[in-house]
Amino acid sequence: MTVAVIGASMTKFGQRDAWIRELISQAGEAALDDAGITPDDVEHLYVSNMSSGEFEGQTGIMNALAHDLGVMPAYSERVDQTSSSGGAGIYEAWQSIASGASEMTLLVGGEKMTHRSTAEATDIIASITHPDEYKHGLTLPSFAGLTARHYLERFDAPRESLAKVAVKNHKNGVDNPHAQFQKEIDVETALESPIVADPLRLYDFCPITDGSAGMVFTTEERARELTDDYAVVSGISGATDTHVVHEREDPTVMGGVVQSSDDAYEMAGLGPDDIDVAELHDMFTILEFLQLEGIGVADQGEAWELAMDGYTAKDGELPINTSGGLKSKGHPLGASGVAQGYEIYKQLVDEAGPRQVEADTALACNVGGFGNCVITTIMEAR
Amino acid sequence: MTFDAHVCENGHVTYPGHTLCPDCGEKQTDTLDLAERTGEVVTWTQSTATPPGVRAPNTIAIVEFDLSDEDVTDEFVRAIGQVTSEDVETGDQVEPVYVEELRDPEAGIKVPESQEWDGYRFEPV
Repeated sequence: MTVAVIGASMTKFGQRDAWIRELISQAGEAALDDAGITPDDVEHLYVSNMSSGEFEGQTGIMNALAHDLGVMPAYSERVDQTSSSGGAGIYEAWQSIASGASEMTLLVGGEKMTHRSTAEATDIIASITHPDEYKHGLTLPSFAGLTARHYLERFDAPRESLAKVAVKNHKNGVDNPHAQFQKEIDVETALESPIVADPLRLYDFCPITDGSAGMVFTTEERARELTDDYAVVSGISGATDTHVVHEREDPTVMGGVVQSSDDAYEMAGLGPDDIDVAELHDMFTILEFLQLEGIGVADQGEAWELAMDGYTAKDGELPINTSGGLKSKGHPLGASGVAQGYEIYKQLVDEAGPRQVEADTALACNVGGFGNCVITTIMEAR
Repeated sequence: MTFDAHVCENGHVTYPGHTLCPDCGEKQTDTLDLAERTGEVVTWTQSTATPPGVRAPNTIAIVEFDLSDEDVTDEFVRAIGQVTSEDVETGDQVEPVYVEELRDPEAGIKVPESQEWDGYRFEPV
């Protein structure tokens, strides 16, 4: 059964006063509204969230949302796949429709983080690592530093190429009213910002963010009855790589990106050349290179050239992160994969406003952990 | 105290150990102590934004230990850990040195009793 997306939403990302319950309610209500359906229509409700218990002490948020939106007796479930919880939510929502278990599924992703200090938030996120990593004080940013150094040294890539990723995504974010930062930066600012995990600096990292996003899924048959503007999920897959990051054969290859994108291309009957626009998980600038190589857009060790020559700019051959990416939009963990889905859906139904590019086929790659688990989604316009 | 890599029946080596060998699915039945060996730095970073209970700055390296003279299938095994010095480069030779406490168990999100960790740092030679 072909699965369609008929609506999407996202709240303002940034430092928000709202707690998790209110954030996901806002995105949920807005997604129903965008899809033009009522709470009674919802048969399955998925809530993508990594750590509401650890961040806020609030658990059971899928039941809270079911009640706050009045979708009872809809089936509801929380989806945790760390940073790729949102992508995993898309996969679960797709499965619910494709299997026939649900005819109308609401997915909401959200995270509330900014009330914690940077050190505390870093620790909560670092707790996903293996104890033999965690005990040495490994954090997700330090994995990025280790990988970036290896990439730059091995492929003789200029340090500036990573700064170009940050500059591009900040530029794109200016046109996104939901983004945490709507502010352009230049290469010098990025290269002179404080060191966080050498050789990476502050502007190589996404911020800590509160926010939520939603999507509505149904069968293509039902979508046709409801609206003229919808998109279909033509390919989707998830895959894992090692939990212990240093055990990977090649530190510059994210096996989960390669496998999930291979599977998604095969399912859609498409290849990297068919993609018109993509959202990649730029939690760290280096990840944009690893994903461009992993999804087959660039050969190994060459993605940095695409950042240097403007290939991935909004007016380039393949616009990457028209939303501003996690870099400028922010990264409320469980929301980020859904917000990627929001962006590619809006691009495909021509509702992306000033961010709009020509696109019939779009890809989103949502990375959990440091590539521990990955979801790749391909959507097409109808 | 030992710095154990784990070896399965087919001679695949991992650090840390796993219930089943990630390469072949056999049980890991043997260990190989890395404590007295010298390894080579594959890559490193120095983290300034460290979590509660972790030293700042925190220099960390991925280190490769050559196993070509061992009676195992894998040619090398990699490990990760803190570096004793802030002065380290890719390709440097390092050796493990024992420390009683890698991070303060009283700080951070984890239950203190679950994170009373001694272990090894890497010291450039």
